[in-house]
Amino acid sequence: MKTIFKRPESLTLTPMHYCPGCTHGIIHRLVAEVLDELDLRERTVGIASVGCSVLSYNYFNCDMQEASHGRAPAVATGIKRARPDLIVFTYQGDGDLASIGMAEIVHAANRGEKFTVVFVNNTVYGMTGGQMAPTTMPGQVTTTTPRGRDVDDIGYPVRMCEILASLRTPGFIERVAANTPQHIIRAKRAIKKAFQYQVEGRCFSFVECLSTCPTNWGLSPYKATQWLEENMVPYYPLKNFKTPEESEEGGKNAD
Amino acid sequence: MAKVLMKGNEAIGEAGIRAGGLCYFCYPITPQSEVAEYLSRRMPDVGGSFLQAESEVAVSNMLYGAAGAGVRAWTTSSSPGISLMMEGLSYIAAAELPAVLINIVRCGPGLGGILPSQCDYFQAVKGGGHGDYRCMVLAPSSVQEAVDLIPLAFDRADRYRNPVIVIGDGMIGQMMEPVEFKEHKFPPLPPKDWATTGCKGRKRNVVNSLYLDPIEEEKLNMKLVAKYEQMKREEVRYEEYNTDKPYQALLVAYGTTARICKTAIQQLVLEGITVALLRPITLFPFPEKKIQELARQAEWLMSVEMSTGQMVEDVRLAVGHDRPVYFFGRTGGVVPTPEEIRDAVKKHLTGKGV
Amino acid sequence: MQIEAVLAGFGGQGVMLAGKILAQTGMMLGKEVVWLPSYGPEMRGGTANCTVIISDEPIASPIIPHPRDAFVMNRPSLEKFVPMMRPGGVAVINTSLITVKPERDDVKVVNVTANKIAMEVGSAKSSNMVMLGAYVGATDVVPFDALMKEAKKAFQKKAKLASINIKCLEQGYKLGQAARAGH
Ligand SMILES: Cc1ncc(C[n+]2csc(CCOP(=O)(O)OP(=O)(O)O)c2C)c(N)n1
Ligand code: SF4
Repeated sequence: MKTIFKRPESLTLTPMHYCPGCTHGIIHRLVAEVLDELDLRERTVGIASVGCSVLSYNYFNCDMQEASHGRAPAVATGIKRARPDLIVFTYQGDGDLASIGMAEIVHAANRGEKFTVVFVNNTVYGMTGGQMAPTTMPGQVTTTTPRGRDVDDIGYPVRMCEILASLRTPGFIERVAANTPQHIIRAKRAIKKAFQYQVEGRCFSFVECLSTCPTNWGLSPYKATQWLEENMVPYYPLKNFKTPEESEEGGKNAD
Repeated sequence: MAKVLMKGNEAIGEAGIRAGGLCYFCYPITPQSEVAEYLSRRMPDVGGSFLQAESEVAVSNMLYGAAGAGVRAWTTSSSPGISLMMEGLSYIAAAELPAVLINIVRCGPGLGGILPSQCDYFQAVKGGGHGDYRCMVLAPSSVQEAVDLIPLAFDRADRYRNPVIVIGDGMIGQMMEPVEFKEHKFPPLPPKDWATTGCKGRKRNVVNSLYLDPIEEEKLNMKLVAKYEQMKREEVRYEEYNTDKPYQALLVAYGTTARICKTAIQQLVLEGITVALLRPITLFPFPEKKIQELARQAEWLMSVEMSTGQMVEDVRLAVGHDRPVYFFGRTGGVVPTPEEIRDAVKKHLTGKGV
Repeated sequence: MQIEAVLAGFGGQGVMLAGKILAQTGMMLGKEVVWLPSYGPEMRGGTANCTVIISDEPIASPIIPHPRDAFVMNRPSLEKFVPMMRPGGVAVINTSLITVKPERDDVKVVNVTANKIAMEVGSAKSSNMVMLGAYVGATDVVPFDALMKEAKKAFQKKAKLASINIKCLEQGYKLGQAARAGH
């Protein structure tokens, strides 16, 4: 009999704690499938960040380190500089990466650190109960923006791909989403490319994945996938921003 | 005013506003995010400023800026967040700025967990950041006391031009108790003529902490020491429990732990064992003289903490070699039960004379 | 005198709210009260509980390892909290969802088909109020009219639910009283 669906070896057997309908789990699976397909599991170190995915060290079946809030790119830099032969990735939420960890991610990208970042953007601080994130949509109500995000007071949502793409060094930057089957197929392709570039030692690779938080959005899982499509996708366009082949610097190492 | 039933975190938010803390900066962290959530709703109504910052490092420097501009500025956070604020805190102390930091302590070290703890005693009372400085540290043991100590914290921060930390464990933040927002009257404060408010009509003001001349830096340090000495003379606060009758042993505990000790003491009394409690309300300045005095009537002392033993060092410093000072603690978010404390007391009692 | 009750159930069953109304009632009667929620990792597991303390004296420890009474709305709560109760306390048990019997003969058990009663009144969501009514009926920790007053205040903004909740409280109270009388 032919096996057509199984748990990737790069995921442990531990049941995930994510809320029903949360797409963190899907993104975990995509990363794990890629690690399996590229046969990287045994030489990979993942870095769990502080957010709902902090327990991802229980789910990814490879060596893992847990970083303090926002510092995963610095931890990854430490690992990759110490052991360039290892495959290193961070898995970070939007509060973690785009707020407290803004300095670390920008500088790691700008140095062209050769690791992979999986950035999960769900517009809120999930773990702490739904406070505003830098990625919260204009007018979006959160527990610390009870009257909706006021862009006159706190500015517009941060677009990380666009910020990082404005830097000369980073090589691969793409934004994908985890809310529909088509988007998920594309998301996996992007994650796979990101790891491939790392395997080839080419560049810093960054995949932003739009994700749902039904719990803190106060929506059913299905409505949450629609909300993502209708509100997030227009503001956060799904596309490739950079590949090392096209960029001025990023492809250099491949020559 | 009538009493209202309020969750500690929300009561803290309201108390801050009533104390004139109209500039509040924060970064979410459990178990105190409700303070920020409460203030995000309330601040616009009272014309104050609420800002969720990008990090706690930023928060502490926003406090520096706002306090330097002469406004009552404050924040609330929990252990890992407070660690990140140590940068700003050290600069605030050095530049002699008033600011109030509230730490709803969770268990650590590292990311730890979100359950109650008292493991940040050292960080709070011994300075915390780099350099030779101290913060005044207030430790409420009930929601009402938290609400009463917050106006005091703002007043003393202004009066001493020094950061004040209010330290509570996760339980103080999460539990609901009746609170009454009383009027607090303090003597008038000196004008903030050092603040950077625009130099029209006066010499310009500079808020800084850079001293290249060692003599000048030493002078600053001596000035700070003089403030801390004054705090030790004038600001020590504590509560005594059962000290008016003879007692065999003296417990020392602060915050929620002190309340649990009281229940343990009530249980011991039923067994004919007399134990007293000293509850420091100020952790810095520490009620060392009072402990010394009370220790004379006790065979031994025991510090009870939700830590592996931090305040116990100060209790030992206070009593010296006069009396044995034991320690009982639970950590990691485990809250000691009255029964455990009772048994710990009895263990030392039966050890007597062996 | 000090009375402690632990109120426990699934998240969403309304035990926290029931506890708040009880504590609020105590406070309005001029008593000392504490409402202490469980918080922490177990919240994600879907169970919720709070402890309410009502006392004539200032309340020392807010941590109560052995509460006098328990008010349990699901089986895990029964299994966790009933064994911790002090002898002589009152256990109010939601027999709509709990089919096992507590293994205690030293506490007074009050069985209430809370979900069924609430459903008959109009909304299964109000089962917490049936339980609260029964608890107060069985113990008289607070006078029923004082409880009613606070419950009405709590539901002020939701007129539709208010009348259902009030009816549930009343029904529960009657059951509690009957159990108290020993039937
Ligand atoms: C220094 C520090 N500050 C704050 C926190 C509290 N905290 C835990 S998770 C989190 C935000 C997580 O949000 P995000 O990165 O968006 O991930 P999500 O939970 O939404 O997946 C915060 C602020 C912390 N652990 N450490
Ligand atoms: S809180 Fe939001 S991000 Fe976190 S697990 Fe639940 S749905 Fe996912």
